[in-house]
Amino acid sequence: MTYTFHWEVPLQNLPEFLWGALATLEMSGVACLLGSLVAVSCALARLSKNKYLRRAATAYVEIIRNTPFIVQLFYVYFGLVTFGINLEAFSVAIITLTLNCGAYCTEIIRAGIQSIHRGQTEAGLSLGMTSWQVFRYVILMPTLRVVWPPLASQFIATMLGSSVVSAISAEELTYAGMMLESRTFRTFEIFFFLTIVYFLMARLFSLLFSLTGQKVFREAWGQL
Amino acid sequence: MPDLFIAFSYKDILFLLQAALVTIGLCAMAFSCGLVVALVIGLFRTARRFPALRWIGGAYVEIFRGTPLLMQIFVAYFGLSILGLNLPPFVAVSIPLILYTGAYMGEIVRAGVEAVPRGQWEAGRSLGMRYRQLMRYVVAPVAVRVMIPPSVGFLVQLVKGTSLAYVVGYVELTRAGYIVSQSTYATMLVFTLVGAIYFGINYPLSLASQRLEVRLRRHA
Repeated sequence: MTYTFHWEVPLQNLPEFLWGALATLEMSGVACLLGSLVAVSCALARLSKNKYLRRAATAYVEIIRNTPFIVQLFYVYFGLVTFGINLEAFSVAIITLTLNCGAYCTEIIRAGIQSIHRGQTEAGLSLGMTSWQVFRYVILMPTLRVVWPPLASQFIATMLGSSVVSAISAEELTYAGMMLESRTFRTFEIFFFLTIVYFLMARLFSLLFSLTGQKVFREAWGQL
Repeated sequence: MPDLFIAFSYKDILFLLQAALVTIGLCAMAFSCGLVVALVIGLFRTARRFPALRWIGGAYVEIFRGTPLLMQIFVAYFGLSILGLNLPPFVAVSIPLILYTGAYMGEIVRAGVEAVPRGQWEAGRSLGMRYRQLMRYVVAPVAVRVMIPPSVGFLVQLVKGTSLAYVVGYVELTRAGYIVSQSTYATMLVFTLVGAIYFGINYPLSLASQRLEVRLRRHA
């Protein structure tokens, strides 16, 4: 092995990685938030009495879950252009990540809602709560408590998966690494360093999510 | 617009189908070799009397599940060339996928082993069975059955994962789709086809995984 490592290349360019990490967080943060909204509506659609709503939501979930993210990305990217909509790569990335994250979260939230006994809803209704109140206090909040851990790991998976959007030159952490690579050609060092950064971010958020989960759900709900 | 689509012909469809076979081959390679890694990791993770092995197994899983598959492919691909190994591209791309499979399937193996009630281990031990016998005759028959539905589910994830071999220029289904779309400009048509092929591979697997799980739960 005659290769000399140049670890100073990534280390001297820390600001670029920091900027990239923040862009990744912004992108995946927005996508997870919007994705959760998509997921709650699609989960309700999947459980609704309306046959067409149910089918549409199921089709959405199955299509997204059974095709690779990178194909979805290209599809949205080129698809929007075909319809004459020119968005910057960053927005396209957010849209695709939202669709992707939404589908996976739909299944998580649906399972959570189904874990709540029918009797609970009936009890809420018979106490004179409106159906919105029942949805909010009897279904949504207790569901969130159950689904928080899998939801959090899905958010982290979305954050890690967002590295793929560099394929359409959306500017985030991996893209920052690729730019540096094209200037310095220290491919291995840069990608190894990026891997460490992603790993640390994943660990950090995993910790943050579990702390928030403990705090929010214990205080708001006691021992349910 | 229509004249742009003339360039797209049945030859392109054949090319895509060929590339789909490459994707399936990559998957088969990663899954079969990854299973060996997974077995080792799974047994490490469940080694009661060896904390060091448990720790190694845990660290392995954490690393591969806590980093993007894309980065694993980059690092392994360029790392192998730094080591001076001149591997054929198929092998070079397979290696990160094998390691990735090892981590996820390792967790499935662990869950399978842990699904065997403690009492059965003890019964085996008190009959004087050695570790290997215990694994072979007591644990495996139960564990394998528990492992099948999530393993089929993981295959879906793996098929999708192979699409990232795209980034190092390996021609599998996604890269092939990109090439055809660049040469024919029938971008939407091509990616619809590519998506449909992936769906055609994955959807039956997803359904099978769900059915197997329902069946398993009924028998349990």
